[in-house]
Amino acid sequence: MSSATLRVQKISGHAGPVPGEGTQRQQQVAKLIDTTTCIGCKACEVACLEWNDLPFRETVFDNTYQTMPETEWNYWNLIKFNEHTREDGSFQWLMRKDGCMHCADPGCLAACPADGAIVQYQNGIVDFQQENCIGCQYCVTGCPFNIPKFNPHTKKVFKCTLCSDRVGQGLEPACIKACPTGCLHFGTKDDMRDLGQTRVQQLKDHSGFQNAGLYDPAGVGGTGVMYVLHDITNPEAYGGLPSNPRVPWTVRLWKGPLKWLGNAAMIGGLIGVTMHYLRFGPKQVEDRGDRP
Amino acid sequence: MIQRYTLIERTIHWVAALTYIYVLLTGLAFYSPHLYWIGTMLGGAPTSRFWHPWIALLFFAAILWMLRVWRSDMRITSIDLRWGQSIGKYIRNEDEDLPPVERFNLGQKYFFWVMLWAGVVLLVSGAVLWFPERIPWNFRGFRYAAVLLHVSSALITIGAFIIHVYMGTAMVRGGFTSIIRGVVTPGWARLHHRLWYDRVTGR
Repeated sequence: MSSATLRVQKISGHAGPVPGEGTQRQQQVAKLIDTTTCIGCKACEVACLEWNDLPFRETVFDNTYQTMPETEWNYWNLIKFNEHTREDGSFQWLMRKDGCMHCADPGCLAACPADGAIVQYQNGIVDFQQENCIGCQYCVTGCPFNIPKFNPHTKKVFKCTLCSDRVGQGLEPACIKACPTGCLHFGTKDDMRDLGQTRVQQLKDHSGFQNAGLYDPAGVGGTGVMYVLHDITNPEAYGGLPSNPRVPWTVRLWKGPLKWLGNAAMIGGLIGVTMHYLRFGPKQVEDRGDRP
Repeated sequence: MIQRYTLIERTIHWVAALTYIYVLLTGLAFYSPHLYWIGTMLGGAPTSRFWHPWIALLFFAAILWMLRVWRSDMRITSIDLRWGQSIGKYIRNEDEDLPPVERFNLGQKYFFWVMLWAGVVLLVSGAVLWFPERIPWNFRGFRYAAVLLHVSSALITIGAFIIHVYMGTAMVRGGFTSIIRGVVTPGWARLHHRLWYDRVTGR
């Protein structure tokens, strides 16, 4: 939402270069979410609503502790609760704070046709600029994590900003500040990756989670929100976290080759009819009256 | 003069034409960042995005109405296919050597059916693009297919539209007047649509 102190490195629907691109490098920031120490208290959900001044909305009870089935346009931070049965029959609570992943290669931004409606700052935060949003919802189709949500009343799309307004002022995101167990961490991407890998090693060495791993999917160029998972081989068990998220290939084809093919075909068509006219001219009818 | 298009037919044509031009221009604005200015000129991109699907529904209604009125005229016959084999002569303006055709020639019929079927694909894929969140996440393949189908079928209609406008205005003299005033000269009718001419004049 706020871009005052953050430099932009990518702009949606933008013809031409990004102003000020490459003038200064900034550290990538990242959130690290350790699902193994999350207790599902939802303090982060409340902090998100508080800081972003979102109204508390109706919850949807679905036989779990989860507040609602998925994130909403005015509910950007949602703990997904999963009662997971392991192979040996034992039970495990899997709780994952769901929200925008702040992809290095964001599908929402690739799909967006509106100039400046989605930007990526040089620190890696992907942010929606609602004043430029046209409400087409292509970002909804582009996102592999089902995150952007449409407000049908204002016809704008919303999602987690990674508290870009706070980060721009040197503060950590509101959810991080509220977490009572310290399962949420915020810092540079490198530091968070190191911290995550240390925690993964700890889980393997001391807690018997041989499949523990750090979720930082390469299919979207890595993410600005990483998870420590007990079982990296089965991220789907954590409320549908995709095991290999990618920007849909149809979106890539549509925004890439198809656009240039279409441009060439349209220009070719105009040139073609012009050339036809120059070569053959119009069909004139010599009027011979009403005689057969 | 010979009556070629009734007032109703001309009205449908122009409803379809004007609504198509609006969705074409606004659609192009969302198609390429280099054409985004079109949206700005037409009252702003959010306004363009708001009206695009509604005007498209009007276009589709006009196409359906056209189908009702022209269905039998647009049926492709063996006469048309024979005409199609000599399409090179038509392109080279050697019209006297072409086999005679009915009220519409093969090109006009193809144009009609291309717009109709592309319109159906645009309608269905457009509905998905209009309400993507109504497509459940597990069926998101439909969202992914819709973006491709929408732009591909739109590009096909644009190709057809370029040829149609060129032929209706510059190439086939008298065609544009006929869709405005509804009448053609007997010579025009005899040259371009001999079988239709024979039928309506009772020869």
